[in-house]
Formats: sequence, C-alpha cells, structure tokens
Amino acid sequence: MSLLKPLLASFLLIAGSACAFAASEADYKAAYAAAEAANKEAGKLRNQWTTTASTLAAAKKAADAGDFDKAIEASKEAEALAKASIYQATSEKQLWKDLEIR
Amino acid sequence: MRPAIHIVSAAFALAMLALTPPATAAEKIDPVADAKAFQKFFTDKFPKLKPEDFVTGPYSMNEDLHRQWVEKEQFPPYEFSLEMGKEMFSTPFKNGKSYADCFPNKGIGIRQNYPYFDDKEGKVITLELALNRCRETNGEPPLSYVKDEMAALTAYMAYTSRGKPFDIKIPNDPRALEAYQQGKEYFYTRRGQFNFSCATCHVQSPGERIRAEVLAPGLGILNAMPIYRSEWSGMGTTSRRFTTCNSQIRGVPLNPQDDEYRNLEYYLSYVSNGLPISGPGARP
Repeated sequence: MSLLKPLLASFLLIAGSACAFAASEADYKAAYAAAEAANKEAGKLRNQWTTTASTLAAAKKAADAGDFDKAIEASKEAEALAKASIYQATSEKQLWKDLEIR
Repeated sequence: MRPAIHIVSAAFALAMLALTPPATAAEKIDPVADAKAFQKFFTDKFPKLKPEDFVTGPYSMNEDLHRQWVEKEQFPPYEFSLEMGKEMFSTPFKNGKSYADCFPNKGIGIRQNYPYFDDKEGKVITLELALNRCRETNGEPPLSYVKDEMAALTAYMAYTSRGKPFDIKIPNDPRALEAYQQGKEYFYTRRGQFNFSCATCHVQSPGERIRAEVLAPGLGILNAMPIYRSEWSGMGTTSRRFTTCNSQIRGVPLNPQDDEYRNLEYYLSYVSNGLPISGPGARP
C-alpha cells in the first residue's frame, strides 16, 4: 500500500503534464490560425505588413522547437499587427485625402 | 387613396434628392487642376528652383548636392548600363525582329509618352510592361522588372528622349480617369507598419533627411528613371523604386507591374507633364 501512493502520484503528475502540453499546442494552433486569417484579410486589402509575416514565421519556428508559450505570444503579436494593417487600409480609404495637394 | 400615396412618396423622394449634397469639387477627377496644383506646391516650396531643376531629385535640393550632381555627370555611373541597353536594343531577337518593331518611331525618342492608357485593354501600359510584351510576342522570355537588363533597356530609351517634356495623355475615358485617380489614391495612402505614404517623404519632406538620405521631391521624380543608386550598387527601374519604397516602410510590396503600380506611375508621370526627361539618372 505504501508503494501505491507514490506510484499513483507519479502517474497523475505525468498525465497532468501531458494534458498541459497538449492544451498548449492546441492553443498555439488556434492563435496561429487567427493571426493567419487576419493577415489573409489584410492581403485582400493589398496591405500586408512585412512585420506580420516575420512574426508569423517566428511563431512557427518557436512551435517547431516545442516552445508553445513563445509561439502563442508571437502568434498573438502577429494577429495584432495584421489587425492594425486592416485598420490602416480601411481608415486610409478616406484619410488619404487629408494629404492631397489641392 | 393610392394615387395620393404615390404622389406623397414621389414628393418625398424628390425632397430627399434635393437634400442630398452634390458631388464636391474634391471628388471630381480633374487631372489638369491636380497637375497645376502639384507643380505650384513644389515651385512655391522651392522658389529658387526652375521646374526643370526638379528632375535631378535630391541633387536639386541644395547647392552642395547640385555640385555633386554636376561632378557625377562627368563620369556617370549609369554609363555601362546605357551601353548595354543600346546593344540589347539593336540586337535582333531569334525570329529576326527587334524591339524597334514593337514601338512607334522605332522606339527612339518616345519615353516621354509612357505610360499611356490603352483603350482596347482598358489599362495603363508602362514602358517596362511594353518591353516585356514585345519580348513575349517575339518568343523571348520576359526580363526581371527590377534591374539589370530591364534597367539597361529603359536607360537607353530614356536617353534617346532626354530633354523632351513628359507628355502623358489622359483620354476622355472614364476608365482612364479611374486609373489616374487610383494612382493618386495610392500615392497619398499611408501603408506599412511605419504608416508612411509616398507623399509623406516626397511631398511633406523633400530636402529633409531620413538618416543619411536627402528625400527627393515628388515633382519630376520619374523623369530620371531608371537610376543608378549608390545604395543599391547598381541600376534600378521604376518597378524597383516602387517595391523598395514599400518594403522600406515595412509594407509587403505588390508584384511589379500590378495595376496599383501601373496606375501610380500614370499619376506621377502625368503631374510632371512638361518637365524634361533626364533619365537615366544617378542617385545617392
């Protein structure tokens, strides 16, 4: 009986860490997909930023190395950059006129 | 009862129409007024310069730079490209035809008329595009739009037009006016993570420095194309200029000769009408 407790504890620890690992990868995939979708939207508006592409590449590189925390962080940053480029393209449809020489 | 409702509805619709503001002057596409205002902006900003001085770009911005330009023109760095272009231009394709067969006046002294609006295609045709189309029509592979051979060809063609004023036409065709307007919009639209438009540098800040570079005025900026740039250690075309501008402000460049760039070239060339072709040029 005294052997069973540590064994059970070890099993629970291993199982727990495996679950956390799986959740982290899934979170990364979701974050990356959201960033990629936003960047595609920016592409439709003909206004992608080079920094979005490089941050997406950094996210993928981190994920390939198994560092999902870093990969998620980079994905979220890429999504924010892509959304900023969409905002820029949309607002500039009117704002460009402010710069026009008349 | 029904006719009464119709009358009331019609009156309401008419009233709404009357209340709708008419299109403002700013929304009307008026290239002539645009070009006049564009040129006035720069000649007012730099009253010591004559309009033709602007075609030397940053070298027109102060006397020291102007002296550099005079010295540079004695042994111009684009000379090797010019010679290469002349040779390429006169060398027949495999089918025996040559570039001269694709252009009016056999391609000599016509740079000032490009880009033009092609009414059959409904699009803007640039010189670079016309050169590659000429090659493909004659069974030759297209050249890279951004350097070396394309720059050499356009350098030679520009050289044969030196001193001729830009003479870009905008036909009375709504598609041509739309292409012009799209080009104008592109010029003034901020893009890239740095949130810069073409105008940020070339309207708001000509003569100012970005790091070590003195920014060129937008007026006459395409008259000197293609250019040898010390920064590139080589020649570059208008396509190269547009794509690198986009990447410098952290925007993903479009493909050379995409509609946006063709329209931009159309707009920028038109507003420099009357200024002489000075290409090929040299820039820091």
